[in-house]
Amino acid sequence: MTAQDRAVSVEEQIDQWRSYLRQRQAIHSVDVAELEDHLREQIAGLTDVGLAADEAFLVAVKRMGDLDALSREFAREHSERLWKQLVAPPSDTGEPRAAARTDAIVAFGLAVVAVVVIKVPELFGLQFDEDAAFYARNLSLFVLPLLTGYFVWKRRLDTRIGLWLALAFVAAAVLANVYPFASGGSTEALSALHLPVALWLVVGIAYAGGRWGQPGGRMDFIRFSGELFIYVVLIALGDAVLTAFIVVIFQAIGIDLEAFIGSWLLPCGAVAAVVIGSWLVEAKQSVIENMAPVLTRLFTPLFALVLVTFLGALLWTGRGVDVERDLLIVFDLLLVVVVALLLYSISARDPRSRPGAFDAVQVVLVVSALLADAVALWAIAARVSEFGFSPNRVAALGLNVILLVNLAWSAVLYIRFLRRRGSFSGLERWQTDYLPVYAVWAAIVVIAFPPLFGFI
Amino acid sequence: MEINKDLIAASSTPIVLAILAEEDSYGYAILSRVRELSGGRMEWTDGMLYPVLHRLERLAHVEARWEVAQSGRRRKYYRITSRGRVQLAEERRQWQAVDATLRGIWQALALRCATAAGSLSG
Repeated sequence: MTAQDRAVSVEEQIDQWRSYLRQRQAIHSVDVAELEDHLREQIAGLTDVGLAADEAFLVAVKRMGDLDALSREFAREHSERLWKQLVAPPSDTGEPRAAARTDAIVAFGLAVVAVVVIKVPELFGLQFDEDAAFYARNLSLFVLPLLTGYFVWKRRLDTRIGLWLALAFVAAAVLANVYPFASGGSTEALSALHLPVALWLVVGIAYAGGRWGQPGGRMDFIRFSGELFIYVVLIALGDAVLTAFIVVIFQAIGIDLEAFIGSWLLPCGAVAAVVIGSWLVEAKQSVIENMAPVLTRLFTPLFALVLVTFLGALLWTGRGVDVERDLLIVFDLLLVVVVALLLYSISARDPRSRPGAFDAVQVVLVVSALLADAVALWAIAARVSEFGFSPNRVAALGLNVILLVNLAWSAVLYIRFLRRRGSFSGLERWQTDYLPVYAVWAAIVVIAFPPLFGFI
Repeated sequence: MEINKDLIAASSTPIVLAILAEEDSYGYAILSRVRELSGGRMEWTDGMLYPVLHRLERLAHVEARWEVAQSGRRRKYYRITSRGRVQLAEERRQWQAVDATLRGIWQALALRCATAAGSLSG
């Protein structure tokens, strides 16, 4: 080995050592730079007294001390670093910081635009609290286009794709407003409920930024959706506290702000929360651990336990299911929760790891949910002639079938995986491929249901 | 001779502050100076110096700045602050008190041994 070869291999070894050090949470990259300077100085000092470069490297690393102990020592001095901070990002990143600032400015700008946009209809005499139907039909159109715009900008999407996405929003706006809905009818309510779901796919296409065709891109969008949901809920809780204080302290000086809260704070806060929440999820995705998978870990065993107990009780007592009007909706919601639990544990699982106890719990959950739903469907089918086919019931039934198909095939794939006959990525792929189905169904409800049922 | 960990930890603050009181310095040079002053008897684990320096920086006993060294690499230099000098004086008083106490007891012990040896031989 020539001296030059040795120098090259030492560079490689230093690279390895550095990347190993970088994985330590408590040691920031400035500290790594400081320690690396030390290491190089030490190596230089040792080669000066006659050691070969690679020998010098080994001695220098040894003198630096055990990295675990060092990392512990750093953690003790910088305990705050173990709590990944979002608000105060590490100061050692020069270039990305400017980008992060632009990102924040754009996001806050869009939040302001959303706040303005939701108040624009007021100029035309539409009050938020009085024209509730108009706002319900159009709510998603006030915020989702802005969100889509944000991601089109952020992912530097092709203008052609951007135009298609814009077209989707225009079509949605037209549909939501030209149909002659009967006032307070159920097709109007269904349209208001399903439009956001259909349009969420448009947001997803922008979010994935050209990776929508890949399962990975769609899976990222699923992760984003879960985190956004949690953030919006948290922001809403904070908002509720703030609102309560506003009401109480202003009441103390004899000013009644209820009208202001109803027509300003509530709608503006809600649309801003979605935009800001999206930005937060984007900014923190590599900084803070995802929360949705943590919640699924907690609740998957609990839901599985409840469902198994329910089925056991059903068998034990021999009681039939008491069919009520809302039963189908309750079971729809149950299936939504089970699909969400499945989805978010899939999203956080390493596809390469082997089947474990949690996977078995997951299968128990899915199978017991399928059985419970089958029992409920059976009971409803027996009396469907009695109830008739109202738009609500057809929509609920359709959703039930969609979720049932998803879960049934998921169960098959999962059991195959547990028996080592299939790969986990097959299940992942099935779930990500299934996403458009929800949106298409929602679009059908929005587009076809009102004319089919005579806008009642 | 191995000096125990607690003693090294306790003495690291005054030693680092004192070395920085001589002149501004950086990690590797501080360690070299410690080795030189102790005649190789104080063996610090190199990496452990840095958490100590960062603690002193947090307490505002030292200030840090990045400079480009002759080698072309960026290097973090430390400088003692006025608060650091006050701290150093305080540490110095404490260590002198410890030193004086120990010296007293070593002397007393030596005297006692000498008299014991004297009475044995006498």
